[in-house]
Amino acid sequence: MNLNLKVWRQKNADAPGKLVEYPAHNIPEDASFLEMLDIVNEELISKNEEPIAFDHDCREGICGMCSLVIDGVAHGPNRATTTCQLYMRHFQDGATISIEPFRAASFPVLKDLIVNRSALDRIQQAGGFITARVGSAPDGNSVPVPKQNADLAMDAAACIGCGACVAACPNASAMLFVSAKVSQLALLPQGQPERTRRVLQMVRKMDEEGFGNCSNHYECEAVCPAEIKATFIAKLNREYAIANVKDLLA
Amino acid sequence: MSLDSKIPSGPIEKKWEKHKFESKLINPANRRKYEIIIVGSGLAGASAAATLGDLGYKVKCFCYQDSPRRAHSIAAQGGINAAKNYQNDGDSVYRLFYDTIKGGDFRSREANVYRLAEVSANIIDQCVAQGVPFAREYGGLLANRSFGGAQVSRTFYARGQTGQQLLLGAYSGLVKQIAAGTVQMFPRTEMLDLVLVDGHAKGIVVRDMVTGEISSHAGDTVVLATGGYGNVFYLSTNAKGCNASAIWRAHKKGAYMANPCYTQIHPTCIPVTGDYQSKLTLMSESLRNDGRVWAPKQQGDKRPPNEIPDSERDYYLERKYPSFGNLAPRDISSRAAKQACDEGRGVGSTGLGVYLDFADAIKRLGEPLIRERYGNLFDMYHKITNEDAYKVPMRIFPAVHYTMGGLWVDYNLMSNIPGLHVMGEANFSDHGANRLGASALMQGLADGYFVLPSTIGNYLSTQLGKKASPDHPEFKKAEQEVNNRVRNMLSIRGKRSVDSFHRELGLLVWDKCGMARNEAGLKEALQRIPELRKEFWKNVNVLGENEELNQSLEKAGRVADFLEFGELMCLDALHRKESCGGHFREEYQTPDGEAQRDDADFAYVGAWESPGNGAAPVLHKEPLDFENVHLATRNYK
Repeated sequence: MNLNLKVWRQKNADAPGKLVEYPAHNIPEDASFLEMLDIVNEELISKNEEPIAFDHDCREGICGMCSLVIDGVAHGPNRATTTCQLYMRHFQDGATISIEPFRAASFPVLKDLIVNRSALDRIQQAGGFITARVGSAPDGNSVPVPKQNADLAMDAAACIGCGACVAACPNASAMLFVSAKVSQLALLPQGQPERTRRVLQMVRKMDEEGFGNCSNHYECEAVCPAEIKATFIAKLNREYAIANVKDLLA
Repeated sequence: MSLDSKIPSGPIEKKWEKHKFESKLINPANRRKYEIIIVGSGLAGASAAATLGDLGYKVKCFCYQDSPRRAHSIAAQGGINAAKNYQNDGDSVYRLFYDTIKGGDFRSREANVYRLAEVSANIIDQCVAQGVPFAREYGGLLANRSFGGAQVSRTFYARGQTGQQLLLGAYSGLVKQIAAGTVQMFPRTEMLDLVLVDGHAKGIVVRDMVTGEISSHAGDTVVLATGGYGNVFYLSTNAKGCNASAIWRAHKKGAYMANPCYTQIHPTCIPVTGDYQSKLTLMSESLRNDGRVWAPKQQGDKRPPNEIPDSERDYYLERKYPSFGNLAPRDISSRAAKQACDEGRGVGSTGLGVYLDFADAIKRLGEPLIRERYGNLFDMYHKITNEDAYKVPMRIFPAVHYTMGGLWVDYNLMSNIPGLHVMGEANFSDHGANRLGASALMQGLADGYFVLPSTIGNYLSTQLGKKASPDHPEFKKAEQEVNNRVRNMLSIRGKRSVDSFHRELGLLVWDKCGMARNEAGLKEALQRIPELRKEFWKNVNVLGENEELNQSLEKAGRVADFLEFGELMCLDALHRKESCGGHFREEYQTPDGEAQRDDADFAYVGAWESPGNGAAPVLHKEPLDFENVHLATRNYK
């Protein structure tokens, strides 16, 4: 198939960027979206033009490194799919495809389609953990966890940290991301001692990093490749409210 | 130099206990005076950084990804082994040890493997305490499943995303330490050289992948946890960024590379479809618990699978290995698939594939249960191939997955270079010639949470106040060398892209040093790799500059190292005139096509030294003694 690409090119964080058109020729339908970009890049290199820079690593949908806003949608048109797992058979021959970076004030562009998502790491540093010193753990079966809680915790833990939720949200909110970690740990008995502190600190950090608040657009849920449900945001709100009250009373 | 493995004396079940007692401790007040450099943030690197940081050491951790949470450990699907015997099915530390030694085809070190089995139970406890949401039974206890090469259910799992959950557990410990200030994290930073001062590993030279700045970091010890070298084959299940540069740079500075010919070809991957393909995708081995592997009995049978009656199907694993059946170890299953395809019985458009069929399991257990167990894998398969594996059998073919070889280390996980420690897939130590399923996660976390934190004191205690300065001439010299190499690559401006060289190398080593190897093929590869390398340095086209984010330059450095590494891999495969585990030499097989070991001549670790200045690599041997598990032919029949 042949395609016409409109790709965001930007030399570095400080340079202005713009959309540049590139034709993509003879793309196999079974190629992934990133393999399509590989083919375009090989052609650019052969013409001594700089290849398009984009983030990617595992190419099997789990590392969360790939990004891209494809035709206006984070990770492209397919539901529950990362860009690396999007295949060209879902596009029409002759289509024009726009490719832009994840956009959010908290995700500055580093080059072309690559953005800096380290703000998400800093939110995790603020409290996205259970303190568990090596050597002090009790036997794994000493505290049974009801299957439904473990399953729900796993639903939340499946977050791959790609940041599509932020890119899709009109407020550039990171609440789906934060709610996933807060919910996972709040659902497990091991997460109880730090439950109050965790949610307060993570939300505070999220605000400091410039992410917006949730105003119920559900765009995050629609683009999430790991199918994290927006109901976790409701849980985050509950956790946050209760933690504030507890904090006040303490 | 002789290879002293420092294996403690005494009975196998007492060795680790004894060694921990005899190991040097570092006084808590002194720990903050030591700086530890860790390269890599996968299971081994992240767990070690978190644990050492928690102990009070000053840690610097480096990764090439934009976040430590993205290391390729995250992609492991199936599970992690532990000798808990929660299922009451006869498991024990000794049985896990025995299975791993046998699975490794008697080419691993008994003492290391026993220790691995011993700490496996602690790993599960640690992960549960961190909030890793392992699968559970309705009663709330941890669930288990069986996995390739084992007859007990000792594998713990979190749906099909066990690696992700374990890595995020280690990452959570790591971010806690980053917040506490004990660990300093350097994402998007790549190690380009190891620096030795007076023969000791005292630091690294790195490139900031955003600005291109090349700088030095000095410490008291360097720990490499940089994963395996599977991407030498270009197509593998590894992430695109996985590379051997850190271990190869260390090798060129004197660290011995052990058993590089031991590569694991995983039996259940999605087959290759075209030459545009950039990577291969694994379908977890756990699928073999319920899926049946088969190929048509007739050559060139092009009928759709559902039209081939049962009587014309060859369930070859069940036929050849009745007691293990579809759960036969990886090396054996891969070779059996290759054999079926070599006989012209392969399926799919390329003829390089066999079926993994769930029809019987769906009939027996119902689709909802199969969906609960493997739903995400079936979805992934559908995304990639556009086929519904609930209705038609999956097509699978073996692909490069894991590398058992790596830098040589002693019982303390220290290489022959004092101060250089190596963990996880980057070292050679625990899997022999073939790794069993669900053992990689176990080793990464065993090394990082339990082993290195207990053994590192043996080196550090000798080094108080001996830290080098990054202004030391050795650092300046290494920085200069890195700079020259980078400038050199950027100045060639030839006609071929980096990827074109990588693909050519990959095809060559897959063909000559892949699932089956022979003397003629290896000799041919040993002639062609240096030619390709020569062409690379004359004709590669790396655009852009160093002082920017430059993905072509990053790749070029890694491929240049693969072009050297690949040669050593083939040399090792040529010298090892036997078949064992993942190393199958066609000249050495039993009449029915099984691997034939030569214990009299090859029961040793082959550790290669790079003498430098273009001289041929020198082989050192560490003999392997089997005092507990007696050398025997592996039998899965």
